[in-house]
Amino acid sequence: MSTDKTFGDYGGQYVPESLMPAIEELTDAYERYVLDDEDGFMDEFRRRLADFGGRPLPLQHAESLSARYDTAVYLKREDLLHGGAHKLNNALGQVLLAKYMGKERIIAETGAGQHGTATAMAAAHLDMPCEIYMGETDIRRQRPNVFRMRTNGAEVTPVTTGRGTLKEAISETMRDWATTVETTHYVIGSVVGPAPFPAMVRDFQAVISEEAREQAIEKEGRLPDAVLACAGGGSNTMGTFAHFVDDDGAEPRSAGRSSGQRRRDGVDLYAVEAGGSSLSVDEEEGVAPNSASLSTGDEGVLHGARTKLLQDSHGQIMESHSVSAGLDYAGVGPELAHLVDEGRVEAVNVDDDSALAAFHRLSRDEGVIPALETAHAFGYLEEHHDELGDFVVVNVSGRGDKDLETVLEETEKRDLDVAPDISVLRSAAGEEGM
Amino acid sequence: MALERVFADEPAFVPYVAAGDPSDEASIEYVEALERGGADVVELGLPFSEPIAEGSTIQGAVARALEAGMTPQRYFEFVEELDVDVPLVCMTYYNLVYQYEHPETGESEAVASEATSGETASRGPRAFVERAAEAGIEGFVVVDLPAEEAGPLRAACDDFGCDLVFVIAPTTKGERLGSMREQVSGYVYVQARLGVTGAREDVSDRTEQSLARVADWDVPKAVGFGIKTGAHAERIIAAGADGVIVGSALVDIIAEGHEDGADTVAVADRLEAKARELKEGALTGARRAGAETR
Repeated sequence: MSTDKTFGDYGGQYVPESLMPAIEELTDAYERYVLDDEDGFMDEFRRRLADFGGRPLPLQHAESLSARYDTAVYLKREDLLHGGAHKLNNALGQVLLAKYMGKERIIAETGAGQHGTATAMAAAHLDMPCEIYMGETDIRRQRPNVFRMRTNGAEVTPVTTGRGTLKEAISETMRDWATTVETTHYVIGSVVGPAPFPAMVRDFQAVISEEAREQAIEKEGRLPDAVLACAGGGSNTMGTFAHFVDDDGAEPRSAGRSSGQRRRDGVDLYAVEAGGSSLSVDEEEGVAPNSASLSTGDEGVLHGARTKLLQDSHGQIMESHSVSAGLDYAGVGPELAHLVDEGRVEAVNVDDDSALAAFHRLSRDEGVIPALETAHAFGYLEEHHDELGDFVVVNVSGRGDKDLETVLEETEKRDLDVAPDISVLRSAAGEEGM
Repeated sequence: MALERVFADEPAFVPYVAAGDPSDEASIEYVEALERGGADVVELGLPFSEPIAEGSTIQGAVARALEAGMTPQRYFEFVEELDVDVPLVCMTYYNLVYQYEHPETGESEAVASEATSGETASRGPRAFVERAAEAGIEGFVVVDLPAEEAGPLRAACDDFGCDLVFVIAPTTKGERLGSMREQVSGYVYVQARLGVTGAREDVSDRTEQSLARVADWDVPKAVGFGIKTGAHAERIIAAGADGVIVGSALVDIIAEGHEDGADTVAVADRLEAKARELKEGALTGARRAGAETR
């Protein structure tokens, strides 16, 4: 693990001057406590991840999916982490680090609300005051998570600029940080932002692949052929890939590989982005009806890092879209962008429809209700299972309870074979009305 | 490096407005009114969709300007249309500089070189500075570009005879001061307080401390962030600054006029009066500082 500020052409520290000293202080703390394990930081982190978070988490054989695809499919069950998503790995690490640094207050942005709830839980657990910035569109579509944050004692501040989603929430949290930087730590929720955040968040999330790699060898006696994770900002993605990145096989990657010709000796890594409703963009309106910055974005600078972005030809940032709030972001982690450029990670995407169908399929066939973010990875599995080899690991980055309202709404708009008949809800509601 | 000249004889008043707020026509009138009111340099904002260092006032200005259709290409035409003698400084965010493609030299080269790093003669900092210099811009403040990442832009500024202004925050200390001192030219923007832009009711006590840290730099020191009245300007100049930078207090006037549907001339008159108040305050501050020295 390196403390380099850049990953190839990506990364760096593009922030207003008032934040630079805080970023230097954080870099120093990251090196001392996380990389050099000073004062037993990593031991305490791991102990709390076990006792408070519930780690280690299973790598579960998915029997129905394995039969359906004639492939050994395993689920890395991050949905079982306390809070219901992988987010606590990072939130707990950063809140604990803030404590070691002597900070008095925690701020964070949230999109789907999963990072906000994880940060609120970690802050309550470690007795730190906490304020969460959340776009008002996201507040509307993620009400249960807003209530969870409030229950844990966090302030939730609505962000009303732009479309009121993750991008605006990050900008607003950076503004707070620029004002309160001397006493406050900004717990960024993904592998984005200025160095050292992308590397540090990856290191906290890397526990996912550290466990999964060992569990894979334990269960199947070998490494998986393919590992899938959904990608928005990319924190579950980088966490799921981190310990597999070096398992790239002995031979150089061939460019023209297609179905049936995959390498047998390396672990293929697939970052599944939100294709939204379409991969095209509306330059006039500044809107991209997707969040596929790895697949369709161009290099640029946003929120402190040089990375791949959804932007117009002038460099103005586009409004992204996804049915899942947690993937709805115009940028992506710089290391992930680099790994895609290098050919180590394959950037792929599935659309809203495919993610919704996958949500229902996993719920019905495996008894696991995935987050809509996670469902994208399973959408890709459904569409491309015959190209992924005989042993596939999919990260279940979070559980879907938070998404039930959205799923209900979106399912009614579509004709999905796999969706359940929910007329019982309507008739019950009708009786109540009388 | 030319902007230093503006600060030589008397304290400078440096207003900020976003170009194109709320329309190109009105915005041109406003910049000209600021010059009549005594502006010595104008910081002309090139609006970016994610203005992370701005408070709600300037976020509003940026949103109005973008809504009205401002783009980097249009911005340079706007600068060419301005009938002012004061030097202009372009204030923006790095992605617009980084993505900029020169309309004349762009097309052919850009395609071939895009695969590498995006920085070429026809695209990126060099193309941006070249076009800006053609239009008459003399300097740049790039809010999210710290000295560590500023190499390509600094080199382009050197090639086209432009200044690169850096912001010194209350938290800037140690080695970082050194690297900014090496690269800065024109003037240094001393951020009077932590946080984002926005007019305030008082002058930050940290202004003096911040000024002290750059006292021996050989570029003029202009103080900004939160300055609203002639009395604020007076106090800041008396504390040893060479200039005051005022944005939100002026943008508030534009925003109010826009909301009330006031005509452009009336808003321009208000801006001119506010500019005069701030410039007078600065001059009074200089007299006070002179008297105290004697």
